[in-house]
Amino acid sequence: MESQDKEAKDDQPFIHKKISRRLLLGGAATTAIVAMQSSLGKWIQVAAQQPILKTDDPTKRIGPGPSVVGKRSPFEHPGRIKSDTSSRTPLQDLYSSLTPSDLHYERHHAGVPLIDPEKHELLIHGMVNKPMVFKLADLKRFPAVTRTYFLECSGNFRSGKETMTPQEICGLTSQSEWTGVMLSTLFREVGVQPKATWFLAEGSDAAVMTRSIPVKKGFDDAMIVYAQNGEAIRPEQGYPARLLLPGWEGNTCIKWLRRIELSDAPFMTREETSKYTYPVKDRIRQFSFEMDARSIITYPAYPNQLEPGWVEIRGIAWSGRGKVVQVEVSTDAGKTWNAARLQEPVLDKAHTYFRYLWQWKGDETEIMSRAVDETHYTQPTLQQLIDARGAEISGYHMNPITAWQIKRDGKVLFKPESWK
Amino acid sequence: MPKRFNIGNTYLAIALGMSVIVILGAYNNKPATANIAGFEADTTQWPASFGFGKAATPQQIAVWDIDVRPDGLGLPVGSGTVVQGRAIYNTKCMACHGSIEKALPPGAKLPAPVLVSDSTSKVKAIGNYWPYASTVFDYIRRSMPYNLPGSLTDNEVYSVTAYLLNANKIIKTDAVLDAKTLPMIIMPAQKLFINDDRHGGPVIR
Repeated sequence: MESQDKEAKDDQPFIHKKISRRLLLGGAATTAIVAMQSSLGKWIQVAAQQPILKTDDPTKRIGPGPSVVGKRSPFEHPGRIKSDTSSRTPLQDLYSSLTPSDLHYERHHAGVPLIDPEKHELLIHGMVNKPMVFKLADLKRFPAVTRTYFLECSGNFRSGKETMTPQEICGLTSQSEWTGVMLSTLFREVGVQPKATWFLAEGSDAAVMTRSIPVKKGFDDAMIVYAQNGEAIRPEQGYPARLLLPGWEGNTCIKWLRRIELSDAPFMTREETSKYTYPVKDRIRQFSFEMDARSIITYPAYPNQLEPGWVEIRGIAWSGRGKVVQVEVSTDAGKTWNAARLQEPVLDKAHTYFRYLWQWKGDETEIMSRAVDETHYTQPTLQQLIDARGAEISGYHMNPITAWQIKRDGKVLFKPESWK
Repeated sequence: MPKRFNIGNTYLAIALGMSVIVILGAYNNKPATANIAGFEADTTQWPASFGFGKAATPQQIAVWDIDVRPDGLGLPVGSGTVVQGRAIYNTKCMACHGSIEKALPPGAKLPAPVLVSDSTSKVKAIGNYWPYASTVFDYIRRSMPYNLPGSLTDNEVYSVTAYLLNANKIIKTDAVLDAKTLPMIIMPAQKLFINDDRHGGPVIR
């Protein structure tokens, strides 16, 4: 009993606590269950005093046993950076293209609602032959699909100082394996009328978030997803079900989805008029759905420290318009570009991990990457975006090439570019 | 025994014949099977309807269907005035959005966006950026005030909308907003809005 309590206590303090040598030593069991031969010759288990181990050698100490829910190594502390309304994925801490669910970025407009899946309903009405209500259990009965897609906030661009990490610059993008029902399956079930060209998607949060979406996207590849990375979708990502529009700006993928209304015109909601729109020269661009191709080197990046020698440059690239076909890396401040290796499988509208081997000889330089997608779009420089949209460019749909400065002493710093 | 067997066989033949007809019928019913996104490789016949879920009642639709379109579709009965809206704003909105009549002290920051455009500032607000008046009504009704979303009556929403449009110099002080007058308002920013013209390819837009 004492031993069990000890183990349970040992389990607790590891979360977000720095592991010191003292803690490791102190955590070593002073009492252990050992097998002993009794006087009758039977093998029995008894508690025995053990000397405090003066070593952190894991081969000299029995570790904790199985647990109901696993957790990260106490030496690993990946975390989101949060503000009042959003939190950002630690891109620099990820080794491949998938984002652990608890590190998926967040952007909420009125917090995360608590929704009982037994009570939650999805209403589909408007220009349909059969207005229907689906419980979550109903949605799960329809033929399901599982697909891997990135999800990115269209306001995913920060700049301004050299001491910024990939997470701070563009941590509002994440990737999950999503499972749910194709929206086309539900459209077929309710009988969408031919004259319906738009639909309104509405959330069940306190913002009662709404966006208008072309019906064509609903038939193409839109999903209503109730699972993320193999388990029920997280509350922050829309539990019990959200709309997922592959490759489109995150805000359109309405979380906590409760209603879809088919219509012959867009509804011009606040989030598609006064927000998520941006100046392009003397006009304001609206219904800007697709996320253009983008990439970022996540290693080496601020605050890494380089040693001269071989460096594998690593990062992610993605496009809302299809597959990434090439990622090019420059290690001479953009003068020459070389193709990076793409981690297979390269998926449609998905983060694609890239790697490029480089020998750093100790010279000051800049490294950067640019993505090319299957439409032959090449990730632009900030200047190209300004040339196309004007100097009043805003933070929406900004996907410029991100450069890192490598200093002679091996310091890696972000290269912020100002334009106003 | 043989007799009973024969009868069974007859039933079997009829059943088989019927299922062939059913399958052929489903096969000819193109919308039930053709090009369902994500199911190209699925060889199973889909029924015309899975029958999951239940029909929505008009009552349930009425409770949830709160959206308002620029053409006025969805606007409820009721009305509101600038004067009534001012009183509601000062009680329920000013704490976050600030006073519309008094300027903010220098350096002060509001917890919520400024709602009135002025000619000296580039701040995006209702007067210089919002393309449709219906959006003001729809947004206030569904999610404001922030601490008590959805708590205003339709008349109160009409009134606050009127007050904000007046403060932005869109409508006159004696204007009355209702389902008929609100869709007639033309917002100054409407002419600025264009649809997305990006479509991939080599050109940066």
